[in-house]
Amino acid sequence: MFKYLKQLTSLVAMVAVLFTFTTESMAAKKSKTLKNTQKKGFVRCGVSQGLPGFSNADAAGNWTGVDVDVCRAVAAAVLGDANKVKFTPLSAKERFTALTSGEIDILSRNTTWTLSRDADIGLTFVGVNFYDGQGFMVRKSSGITSTSQFKDGISACTNIGTTTELNMRDFFNSKGISYEPVAFEKADEVVAAYDAGRCDTYTTDKSGLAAQRTKMKNPDEHIVLPETISKEPLGPVVRQGDAVWEDIVRWSLNTMIEAEEYGITSANADMMKTSDNPAIKRLVGAEGELGAAFGLDNDWSLRIIKQVGNYGESYKRNIADTGILPDRGPNQLWTKGGILYVPPAR
Amino acid sequence: MNFKLKDIVPQLITVLAVVLVFGFFTYNAQINMENRGIDFGYGFLTQESSFDVQFSLIEYDGSHSYFRAYLVGLLNTILVSVIGIIIATILGVIVGIARLSPNYLINKFAAFYVEFFRNIPLLLQIFFWYFAALRALPLPQDAEAMFGVFFLTIKGLYVPAFIWQNFNIFFYSIIAAIIAIIVIRAHAKKVQENQGKQIPVFLISIGLIFILPLLSFLIGGVRLSFEVPVLKQLATTSFIYEGGVSLPPELIALTLSLSLYTATFIAECVRAGIQGVGKGQKEAAASIGLTPNQVLKLVIMPQALRIIIPPTTNQYLNLTKNSSLAAAIAYPDLVLVFAGTALMQTGKAIEIVSITMFTYLTLSISISILMNWYNKKIAIQEK
Repeated sequence: MFKYLKQLTSLVAMVAVLFTFTTESMAAKKSKTLKNTQKKGFVRCGVSQGLPGFSNADAAGNWTGVDVDVCRAVAAAVLGDANKVKFTPLSAKERFTALTSGEIDILSRNTTWTLSRDADIGLTFVGVNFYDGQGFMVRKSSGITSTSQFKDGISACTNIGTTTELNMRDFFNSKGISYEPVAFEKADEVVAAYDAGRCDTYTTDKSGLAAQRTKMKNPDEHIVLPETISKEPLGPVVRQGDAVWEDIVRWSLNTMIEAEEYGITSANADMMKTSDNPAIKRLVGAEGELGAAFGLDNDWSLRIIKQVGNYGESYKRNIADTGILPDRGPNQLWTKGGILYVPPAR
Repeated sequence: MNFKLKDIVPQLITVLAVVLVFGFFTYNAQINMENRGIDFGYGFLTQESSFDVQFSLIEYDGSHSYFRAYLVGLLNTILVSVIGIIIATILGVIVGIARLSPNYLINKFAAFYVEFFRNIPLLLQIFFWYFAALRALPLPQDAEAMFGVFFLTIKGLYVPAFIWQNFNIFFYSIIAAIIAIIVIRAHAKKVQENQGKQIPVFLISIGLIFILPLLSFLIGGVRLSFEVPVLKQLATTSFIYEGGVSLPPELIALTLSLSLYTATFIAECVRAGIQGVGKGQKEAAASIGLTPNQVLKLVIMPQALRIIIPPTTNQYLNLTKNSSLAAAIAYPDLVLVFAGTALMQTGKAIEIVSITMFTYLTLSISISILMNWYNKKIAIQEK
């Protein structure tokens, strides 16, 4: 009796294995991350511990922000529902370890793309969703209006484990100014210490300064100095070694930007299916077989646009309307004087 | 053969299990790191660190190596641990004795202090002292001088720097005083054992430690002057003090919270130790005519110390390890500088975390060995 039972189970198992193999596309088979994500039913996304406009949770635990929207776009493309994302708040120090150890599958946490990070530590940057640069914030009452007024002995509050620490050193060294770096692990403590008067200036990415300013006791007492001391292209990161997953994340982001370029919004996406422009039709899945290359269906990009919106909508909702950075600056489309330019989806 | 199979087999299985578990994790880590293209190695230690640190006991800036940054963090950890242990011990002994005081007010106040501070999580206390202090302290331009030379401000405590002339002569005079005291103590002990005569060693010691250095000033050519911190304006509302020595508020807040927290546990160890000595001991000592001071010094404390030392060792170890909470308030200790910034800049997580763990292990074991040695020294020696 037991003997037959054993044979029966192994037969069932074999059939099951065969079945899964045949239903799975080649891409999904190649991408362990995609397979795991579809099995789990949610995208595992690493975000910041609270940076308004980029990734911030409200009292009810709902995450919003442009970084959050990248993960939502991937969830819409892969799982069909932009809400199927599990967010993990990470400090600057924890973020790369969380990604390389497999705790999360996308790191979308205002992370600067640099050569050493891309090449050294097992990460791959897939694109840029915000062009930023490091700046300084000071109290208005100090009378400082430019970094050229900085003097020896100035104390600067910042976060540890970021490119900020390195840029700060380069900047003060090149100006020959001695300074006191006060580096905290979490952004909230940096803000609290600067706000209390511990430091004369607070330095981080300008978008971060604008966002954190809204958290200060009295935001109007502080100004961000005009100088930008570094290039900080921020973008989503994936683990090295899963090319298909890397492509999915890259093209989810590109879809949002290209949708804005062609004027496709969450409201008019369905109507765009009948457009005369083949580029638009490809983006909304009415022409071509673009999804097949990733092992996704053809509506993947349509879902992104309908559920998350295009890049412009995401920017307006999260950064402009919240008063953080109403002016898009370099984060405007290349057709409108900015530097947002993505390869064509075809 | 004394060995029995049933004695050896469990031991072998245990060893095998440990080796297998470690082997599995090492192998797994290797495979995973290879898959993700991460190199393993300690070569980064000699590379230029290119980040600055706020507070350092040795000369350091971003042009030094990562190894130098490691030393900066390690020394800062040791600094805060040593100061913390000293303050916690003094405070702990005082509070521990106070808890046994017959005076109601002193007794209850000590009990309140112990219960209050040991029952609040340490991290909260660190935040409290740091941010409360930051809110409460004046800006540099508003600070009132204490004794005309100390300035306690939001940016730190500024104290005058000592400027020495012929410092080495002063240093030798102190060494000489210490040697003289050791010799006199040994002599006094011999005299007491042989003739029963007591020499006032304590008074002589105090005299020596003051008079010899004083002589070095008067006839040795030693000169000491102070460099008093001076207010300097950086911008309309932004000031600092220049000159003198500045202690960052992070160090002060961390030392304060670590000492206040650990002192409560040491106080309990001290109380337990004193109460652990039989009442009869004290009465017997008094009955042979020892003064209350001598009773405490010669009879109670030697016995109480044997009970106090082992649990107090644990508290010293806890304090040292708890100092790693410094990262929360920007005090550049080992965890913040090395396992924080250096780890982030290099991405060498396994290497840096293993070095950090090994360092804390070494620190803790050193404290243990030292305290065990002291414990053995004061243990009852059967003759």
